[in-house]
Amino acid sequence: MKKNKIYPWYFMAGALMIYSVLFFLPGVIGVGYSFTDWSAYSTGLKFVGFDNFRTVFSANENYTKIITNTLLFTFITTVIKNVLGLTLALLLTRKVRFLNLHRGIVFMPSVLSTLIIGMLFKSILDAKSGLLNTALRACGLGFLAQKWLVSTEYAFGSVMAVDIWRGVGYIMTIMIAGILSISSDYYEAAEIDGAGGAAKFRYITLPLILPTLATTTVLNIIYGLKVFDMVYALTNGGPGKATTEVLYTAVFKKFGTGQYAVGTALSSVMFIIMLFVGYFMIRLMTRNEVIE
Amino acid sequence: MTRAKKISSSIFRNLIAWLFSIPCLIPLLLIIINSLKTKQAAASMDLFPPSLPIAWDNFSVVIEKGKLAQSFLNSAVYSVGSVVLCIFFAATAAYVMSRNQTLLNRFLYMFLVLGITLPINYVALSKVLITLHLNNTRGGIILLYTAMQLPFMTFLIHGFVAKVPTELDEAAVIDGCGAVRLFFLVVLPLLKPAITTASVLTFLNTWNEFTAPLYFLNNSSKWPMTLSVYNFFGMYFKDWNLVCADILLTSLPVLLVYLAGQKYIVSGMMTGAVKG
Repeated sequence: MKKNKIYPWYFMAGALMIYSVLFFLPGVIGVGYSFTDWSAYSTGLKFVGFDNFRTVFSANENYTKIITNTLLFTFITTVIKNVLGLTLALLLTRKVRFLNLHRGIVFMPSVLSTLIIGMLFKSILDAKSGLLNTALRACGLGFLAQKWLVSTEYAFGSVMAVDIWRGVGYIMTIMIAGILSISSDYYEAAEIDGAGGAAKFRYITLPLILPTLATTTVLNIIYGLKVFDMVYALTNGGPGKATTEVLYTAVFKKFGTGQYAVGTALSSVMFIIMLFVGYFMIRLMTRNEVIE
Repeated sequence: MTRAKKISSSIFRNLIAWLFSIPCLIPLLLIIINSLKTKQAAASMDLFPPSLPIAWDNFSVVIEKGKLAQSFLNSAVYSVGSVVLCIFFAATAAYVMSRNQTLLNRFLYMFLVLGITLPINYVALSKVLITLHLNNTRGGIILLYTAMQLPFMTFLIHGFVAKVPTELDEAAVIDGCGAVRLFFLVVLPLLKPAITTASVLTFLNTWNEFTAPLYFLNNSSKWPMTLSVYNFFGMYFKDWNLVCADILLTSLPVLLVYLAGQKYIVSGMMTGAVKG
């Protein structure tokens, strides 16, 4: 059989064309535009060398803070979502009443729009009349009530907490699938050998869900670096000077003010990093595909 | 003794489970309860049940003031349009990339799937859209959504294609089946579970999409529900009863799709996550 004839190239053409033009091409020409003075006000484009990158990485601008925030956000949410997700998955693969109900409820925030969750939590975390502070005061824990979103001290933590709350169900669901795919023979054998719960987790569950853990880590990192909706709805980068500003809220602001060159330079830094990091992540994700 | 211990640990487990799942339920309850209250009662956004009579007219007010009929139609067009395009192109591409693994095709697969991790450069994308006359158009948004969802959906369907035995192809070709008929009549029907999963996921993702319309649709008559609910929130932020009603109506389609397609969503997430 001639493979090229029964599996023709034009079957791939549509997907490759749409993806290349509307997804990949902007990334590539974006790198090109980062070396110009492109803005809403410039008439012709002028080559400015590394000026935009110098702006992005200079110490006296806020951009280093923005990049640190993005990395910190990614790191912390990834770790906590993994730990909480695994804990929940371990709990919800054991004998619990209304098991599927619990799983369904915990996963539900993941299907709601991030933006809508952001808007809701803006109300819940309101310092004066928000549900959280009202509840704390009602329990006599008024001293714990904080200005969750409008103080420089707590804003970043609050944003991360809401994002963890939203995303943990998704990670849990993947982990449950991972745990359920472990053959029960291992556990039976371990029980015969007299292993306790902790030993079973340490020597069976943990090693066998490492690939799942790798995938959830990849997914969390990809999401964290690109986070936009959540921060935009909750704080839009504030309060004060870039307290919760992340890469994508900064890019949107540059776009809004017409400073296209700086915006595309910021995006390009990320594009180039993810081109390399992403390659290894995708290798990791597609690795298992070959062995069916 | 052991029996007592067993029971107490079971109670403990159930308690912890509720401790986690109740907080996940509160926001949804908050939306539903406050969408049924009057403006004054909803102002404090609490969880007390609404007093009678229930303020059903919040919904009619919000449909009219928030122009929900228009934005619902827009969202539906964007989501359905991109589901159809994305699934069609992803399935055909994944099929050939999986069946004919030449060096070039393997490279093209990697290139396409790399889009799962790559960020979109929205600023430069605006230039591309303007050049193609797709800026601020419905067609542009549909194509853009398609481009955004293609990498993951191709990846997902690719995994399923490998499970369809190639002997079927051989038999069909010997019987005189051409490339197009082979795919649509023999292989595609067997990919139905994958296609369903990919459709559900694409629908959810595109319905919730907010960034692309925010950048590229500056005409409110073309806004999807996410953008118009955000805008509504900006104008009526003191009327939480209306905001909640708007949020509820916006979320209803995804909640229904979630409840109906839960099985497919979970199986879709598992591919790629746990294999081999």
